[in-house]
Amino acid sequence: MIPLSWFLIFAALLFCVGLYGALARRNAIAILMAIELMLNAVNINLVAFWRYLGPEAVSGQAFALVVFAVAASEAAVGLALMISIYRRRHTVAVEEIDMMKW
Amino acid sequence: MDSFWIDPFSFIGSQLAAWLTGLGLAENWVSLILQLVGALALGTAVLILTFLLIWAERKIVARIQDRLGPNRVGPYGIFQTVADLLKLVTKELITPEGADLLPYNLAPLLAVMSVVGLWAVIPMAPTLLGADIHVGVLYIVSVGSIGTLGILLAGLSSNNKYALLGAFRTVALMISYAVPMALALLVPVLLAGSMSMQEIVLAQKGLPFLLLAPVAALIFFVSSIAEVGRAPFDLLEAESEIVAGFHIEYSGLKFGMFFVAEFLHAFTISALTAVLFMGGWRGPWAEQYTALGFLYFLVKTSLVYFVVIWIRGSFPRIRIDQMNALNWKLITPVALAGLVVTAVAEKVALELGAPRLLTHLAGNALLIFAAAAGLGAYARAARRRSELLAKASKAEAPAG
Amino acid sequence: MTILQIIFLLTAFLTLLAALRVVTSPSMVHAALWLILALAGVAVVFILLNATFLAVVQVAVYIDAIAIMIIIVVMLTRGAVRGQGHTVSKTWWAAALSALVMLTGLLVMLLQAPVRGALPPTLPLDQEAFLERLGQALVDVNQYILPFEVASVLLVAAMVGAIIVAWPLFVRRGEEER
Repeated sequence: MIPLSWFLIFAALLFCVGLYGALARRNAIAILMAIELMLNAVNINLVAFWRYLGPEAVSGQAFALVVFAVAASEAAVGLALMISIYRRRHTVAVEEIDMMKW
Repeated sequence: MDSFWIDPFSFIGSQLAAWLTGLGLAENWVSLILQLVGALALGTAVLILTFLLIWAERKIVARIQDRLGPNRVGPYGIFQTVADLLKLVTKELITPEGADLLPYNLAPLLAVMSVVGLWAVIPMAPTLLGADIHVGVLYIVSVGSIGTLGILLAGLSSNNKYALLGAFRTVALMISYAVPMALALLVPVLLAGSMSMQEIVLAQKGLPFLLLAPVAALIFFVSSIAEVGRAPFDLLEAESEIVAGFHIEYSGLKFGMFFVAEFLHAFTISALTAVLFMGGWRGPWAEQYTALGFLYFLVKTSLVYFVVIWIRGSFPRIRIDQMNALNWKLITPVALAGLVVTAVAEKVALELGAPRLLTHLAGNALLIFAAAAGLGAYARAARRRSELLAKASKAEAPAG
Repeated sequence: MTILQIIFLLTAFLTLLAALRVVTSPSMVHAALWLILALAGVAVVFILLNATFLAVVQVAVYIDAIAIMIIIVVMLTRGAVRGQGHTVSKTWWAAALSALVMLTGLLVMLLQAPVRGALPPTLPLDQEAFLERLGQALVDVNQYILPFEVASVLLVAAMVGAIIVAWPLFVRRGEEER
């Protein structure tokens, strides 16, 4: 049997890889991909806790489903924004999209 | 030995399990090995079946077009496909310059993977089933869309404008038609009360779902044909239009994999239609003699496959904007409405005790009537618009 | 080592490898492909956790929808990144440092929890009955109908917003051409 800590360590590692990607990459789409990794790590955590600590309640899986819906809508809007920015400024590097900085 | 005749599949399975346990393996290793062997056997059988499918298609389309089809290689040309695939295997694998190698080589694999993976949940007999997962229908939707990914990667990585264009159009088509397909798949789930494929077959005890939900069956059939990319929706690989679309730059066995995947996908959706709407392996004495159930399944699937080939030989190709308009303006609203109508009819039949078949048929008739009325209004409006345009241009012409 | 443990270790290793390639790959298309592998690995982990419904939803939502969207957008914005040097910003060491700090914090916190060695209890319901209960909970007035409806509204708003934001420039009325 797989102890709970294995799943938690795996989720923590995945989350931190995603965190590095979101902070260090220049391309906006790569940042979005790293954010998806972070959301997946959160889902693994939720489902692991549901399985090991309370499999008779549905709250774990219901929460994970809502996270799926939120991730999908956020990816859609983010990608639409990137297409729009690309059309106007011809770049998707986040360092060059800085017109609103002080 | 008579238990072999009654139930050959469980008999073979139990004999293999007994032999493996006799070799001294632990329980879960035995089941793991049996599952691996089963998966291998299923995948191989399905890929070898493709030889027969391609031959059947060529012969039938040839007869529809008033010619003979392949008849030289072997009796009635049965080994023609073997000859074709041998030729494809011995051709040189040309990789275009500037092609991205990772997605270029991955794409044919994904296309074949998505089709063979679908066979894991199709119940072919009462005891011959890959994996009886309780979310079988959702599995079909998700694995079926992996093929879309393969096609997108093929078009992207080929470093070729025509491939890119073909891939874009194909992906737009497949994603659009996946929506009514998923909606139409929900109707048997609603009628059977479960997403497991074996449960859906078992729930068609008295009536096949074709009689209870003909509109949903038709929508599923049509959107599946569009998903596969067969005629009349085969704009994607029409030689006269876009020079073979997304698989231009593939040669040799890689093209062979796309080829096999397409024909196998057509047979797979025939199998799905037969299982979901026509009762799968159901028939007289199918539960006692499971080999008979397998036979019924094959007969029903071949019937639907024949209809698919018949449609291919009869209809002209549809344009891409007509395809999109057909999907979003007609098929998806009807599929949505059909889902609601089925739910309401099922509830009415349950609560008020009305006969189930008649309630569902009445609901479907209402749906067809509403769709026809909507189509008629749309056609009238379009005709009026074109008449107004013709009058306007005629009024300008004498002045110009 | 039971079979399940071996499968989990293999899957976890593969997923983490794919995630590392996602954040370090210079080519966007390759990064998207590694992302698909990572998402598939997470789906396998869901199956190991006996949540098969969520595993299939993961494949259907993430791989079949989000990954295809990402690949299409990568293709549409390819002209910008051609000939660009680095793929990470100049301060990537700060990002790596903060990720390491976060990892240490998370591990310390998680491994101190009293439930960390817990073995999975037997499932009280079989999967099909649980799925039915999940479906009923999502539309039950006393349970989770509110998050369900809000998620639906969110999806509609996102769809409408995405279409409007990505509308081509020359079609918008009253907007000057740039």
